[in-house]
Order: sequence, then C-alpha cells, then structure tokens
Amino acid sequence: MDQSTEKTSRRTFLFRLGLAINAIAVAIFAIPILGYMLSPARRFTWLDWISLGAVTDYPENQTRLSEYVNPYRKPWDGETARIPCWVRRMSGESFQVFAINCTHLGCPVRWFAGSDLFMCPCHGGAFYADGRHASGPPPRPLYQYRHKVEAGQLWVRAGELPTLGQPEV
Amino acid sequence: MQRLKSIGAWIDERVQLGSAIAEVAEHPVPRSSASWWYVFGSATLVVFILQVVTGICLATVYTPAADRAWNSLIYLDYQQPLGWYLRALHGWGSNFMIALMLVHMVQVFLFGAYKYPRELTWVAGCVLLLSTLGMAFTGQVLRFDQNAYWGLGIGASIAGRFPLVGFKIVRLLLGGPIIAGETLSRFFALHVFVIPGLLIAFVGLHLFLVLRLGINEWPMPGRIVRRDTYLEEYRNIVRTDGEPFFPYAAQKDLVFAGLIILSLLVVAAIAGPIGPNGPPDPTIIQTVPRPDLFFLWLFSLFALLPPWTETFLMLVGPPLVIGILFALPFISGTGEKSWRRRPVSVVIVILTFTLIGTLTWLGTFSPWSPVMEAWSSAPTPFDYVKGRTPLELQGALLIQSKQCRNCHSLGGEGGLRGPALDDTAVRLTRDQMVRQIIQGGGNMPAYGKNLTPAEVNAIVAFLATMHPRGEPPAHDSATPSD
Repeated sequence: MDQSTEKTSRRTFLFRLGLAINAIAVAIFAIPILGYMLSPARRFTWLDWISLGAVTDYPENQTRLSEYVNPYRKPWDGETARIPCWVRRMSGESFQVFAINCTHLGCPVRWFAGSDLFMCPCHGGAFYADGRHASGPPPRPLYQYRHKVEAGQLWVRAGELPTLGQPEV
Repeated sequence: MQRLKSIGAWIDERVQLGSAIAEVAEHPVPRSSASWWYVFGSATLVVFILQVVTGICLATVYTPAADRAWNSLIYLDYQQPLGWYLRALHGWGSNFMIALMLVHMVQVFLFGAYKYPRELTWVAGCVLLLSTLGMAFTGQVLRFDQNAYWGLGIGASIAGRFPLVGFKIVRLLLGGPIIAGETLSRFFALHVFVIPGLLIAFVGLHLFLVLRLGINEWPMPGRIVRRDTYLEEYRNIVRTDGEPFFPYAAQKDLVFAGLIILSLLVVAAIAGPIGPNGPPDPTIIQTVPRPDLFFLWLFSLFALLPPWTETFLMLVGPPLVIGILFALPFISGTGEKSWRRRPVSVVIVILTFTLIGTLTWLGTFSPWSPVMEAWSSAPTPFDYVKGRTPLELQGALLIQSKQCRNCHSLGGEGGLRGPALDDTAVRLTRDQMVRQIIQGGGNMPAYGKNLTPAEVNAIVAFLATMHPRGEPPAHDSATPSD
C-alpha cells in the first residue's frame, strides 16, 4: 500500500468515526428529550378520590353546581385548578355527578331548573336531568364521575378531563 | 454623503454582500409581473415582521403562567403605557396577515403560479399557511381568557376522538390530564419558539425559490406550460420584456405594503385590543365561548354537521384537504395558467369562499345556540298579553319560566334555535302542539316529564292565540271545530 492510500484511508476512517460518534451522541441525546416531551402520554392515570362536601349540602331532587380542586395541581395553575361539576341528588344517597364538559366538544353545560335541562352554549347541545342526550350534536349522555358516600361526605374520583377517547374517568 | 459612501465601502469590503444584494434587487423580472395583483405576498411578509416586533414587545410584559397571564393582560390593557395599542396591533395584525395570505394564495392559484417549475414554492407556501393558522390558534390561547380555556377543551375533545390513542394525544396536547399551567406553557413554547422558527425557515426557502425561479409571468390564455419548453420561454420573456425588479416591480409592493401598515395602525387605534373576555376560571360557567374570527367557520361547521358524520369528518377531513393542497402542483403542474381557461379552478375558489364566508357569517350570531338569558330578560310582547284569558296568560308565563324563550323568539326577541312562536297557531293544530311539546322532535327536547297536563294545557291555550290578525288558525280537516 503506497503513502497516498494510507493517508486517505486514515482520513476517511477519522471522518467516518466522527460521523459515527455524533450519530450515537445525537441518538442518546434524543432519549431524554423524547422522554421529557412524551411524559404526559406515558403516565397511565391521574385520578384520586376528592370530597365534594357534606351530603347535607345537596338537597334532594335538586341539581347543584359544585367544584373541586385538581388533586394534581401545580403551584402556578391559578384558577384553572378549580374544576366545576354538577351534582344531582335523587333521594337518600342516590347521586349522579356530571362533568361540566359537554360530550360534543367540551363546552361548559348549564343547568336550568325550570325546564330540567342542561343546555350547552356552543353548538346547541341539550341534556335531560339524568344526563341523557335531549337534542343537538352531542353523541352520548353527559360524562359521570364515579362517586361514593362515605362518612356523610360525597366523594368523586376525578382529576382527568373527560373526552370521547376516555369517557370513564 | 461622501462620509456615508466611505463607511459603506468599508463595510462592504469586510461583509462583501453588496454586489449580491444589488444583483437580487435589480434582477430582471417579466414586465407583466409588475402588477398590483402581485403585491399580496410581500404584504403578508411585512405584516409578519410587524407581528414579530409587536410580539416581542408584548413578551416583555405578558406572563405565560396560568395564574398570572390574565393579570398581565389586564395590566397591558389598562396600565402599561400604550399596552392596549400593542395588543391591538398584534391582534389585528394577525387578522390582516391571514386575510392577506389567503388573497395571496388565491392569486397564486388563479394565476397558475404553482405550476412547473414552481411546485416546491407552492409546497413551501402550504407549510407557511398551516404554520400561520397554527400561530393564530396558539396565539388565541395565549390570550388566556374564557374563550381560550374552553377553546382548549374543544381542541382536546377533537383530539380525544382519535381512535385508540385519542386520550394519549389529549394528554400530549394539554401537557397533562387537564387544562392547567403546563398547557399554557406548551402553547407559549409553540407560539414563540417552534412555529416562528418554522415560519422563518420556510419564508426564507419560499423567497429563495421565488428569486431563483423568477416571478411568474402574467398568465396568457393559450400559452401552455410544458416541462420541456417552459424554462426557455420564460428566459425569453425576461430577456426581451424584462425590467429590473427594483424599482420597477418593487414600487407597487412598497406602496401596498405601506398602505397596509397604515391601515393596520388606524384599525388597531379605532377597534382597540381584541378581548380578553373574562378570567379563565373554569367555575365561571356563565360563559359563551367563541373562537377568533378566522376560526368561526369551523365553529359553525361543528354545530351544523350531522353528528354521526363528525368523528369521521374531523379525522379524515383535514388530512384530505391538506393533502390535496400539497398535491395540487403534482395534479395540475402543466397546462393552461390563465384562470380564463381554467373554469374548474374559478368554481373551486368561488365555492370555497362562499362556503367559508357563509359559515363565518353564521358563526357571528350562532342561531343554533340557546340564548341563555332570554327566559328571564326577553319579556312577552305587550300585544300578546292584551285581552288574553287567565289560562292563556298562565301559558305565556310558563313559556318564560320553562326556558322556552331560550330557543324560541316572540316579537323578534329570544333564541333562534327553534321557529319563532308568533305564528305557531297557523302552522300547528292544538293536537300537534301538544305532541310537539310532550315528545319533542327536530332539535327540541321532550318536555313531557317536566310539565303537568294542566301546564301543557295552558301553554297550548296561549299558543293557539298566536296567529297574525286575519290569518285563521290551522285546523285538522277531520275535526271541523278545533
């Protein structure tokens, strides 16, 4: 092997080594970046039991607006940590707790006691008192939180935004 | 003058861009392209630069934290000297930019400027279109008010409809399980770093391609674009009928851009800042969320689409439309350029703008939405309570207290979701009224469970009097007397 071929092969080797080192380094760099950006999708669930107050706060045969604080709030969430929900007490310890989000596209539904209807201000959805669809574009009844009555308090299992992709929260 | 020249010469010796800039400025373009119809691209770019400047100014005061953003917006509007004006410039600038961009796109489309060899210029332009719409959406989120909060919920609900992994996409979009601090931060990073980077990169590419390939010559009917002959023909046009871009063609761009800046300054001063419309407190449910002007057509579309088609159209529609946009130069990259010989193109433009324009207009007053306060704020017109029996008056009262006015109007006041009640008796017999109230139908819920028979009786008694003078009430032909 003559001089020029030796020099060339050393040069190409160094060049290829440089490419390889950088390729490996970038690949390793990508791991924490992707882990960081994709972390919200990797955690399986954000749910916790939260108290909505004493059962006596909710008169029978009425639907009332209640609210809870996001159990996974961060210090800088401000008002967005407070989530409203509709509590319907039928009788005794029989409740329905509806999410505020319309099942069409998530706007806040408003309860009207006079006509026993939830109405949505965005695209005209309406629901009956028990959450069933009454009119308009919503594809399913109102989302409901799992709830229980314990020690005279109404508890809901909440913490996630209900959507059609995950209606049972 | 001599001083300036010698300073200029000193710099040019060390930067050595002078000759390149001169070459670009004076490169020959077809005389026919120095037209007023060609000014919209540069106007869009000028408004973009203004957006960057006003955006930087706003970023020195605006705080992108969920607990502070609202207060910083109020501070900008009421305390920061000229803060209201900067907000107005930035908000109206965004409307101007989208409008100019759309006009530019239509002009390019109708003039066939996307055809060979400018296919990639069009593709880069499509990326710019999507990025600008992305800036508009992320920007309206940064104006963190009730519209922004619930608008995010709508975006999440659309993402949630994606099969199988919908809920994961929701979490990526929101940065977590619900709309919270990390959501606003995410959108801030997108609006200030990611998408502007894309925009600047692709504007650079877009401009480079325009310079390299030359400005499209005025399309003449009958002059067909063919891949093997076009480049030679274009060079001929430039050689025989070309003018230096600067100042011959650039002068019209300059005038129009200057006028646009001036009109933006005037509009922003008169119309003032856009929003914010209420603190982003989710527990304030007395709210009527609406998107910004250029997304109103989508808002109307979601209200009017048949519900069973929605998920499919939401998932398939955008990729299809975007795919067609990107593929356009590969579908019709040669052939006639002039719109005079391309009737399909003209029809497409007219149909698209009629559709989007109509949907936008509908979105400004959203007839499908119940008017939430009408039941307690829109009184029964006086003429409709004159000379009524007590039963009929009770019916009129029930129409108020049962929120019927939220969807129905009387005397022009009330909701537009259902038909006006002023002529109900002309359209429906008593039996039909009873059935409609109890069973609902069309867009109306069933009220059978919420009304006693006596209440239904009273309402129908009142509605039976709702016929204009001189028009007899409807009656069933099988029953001679109603």
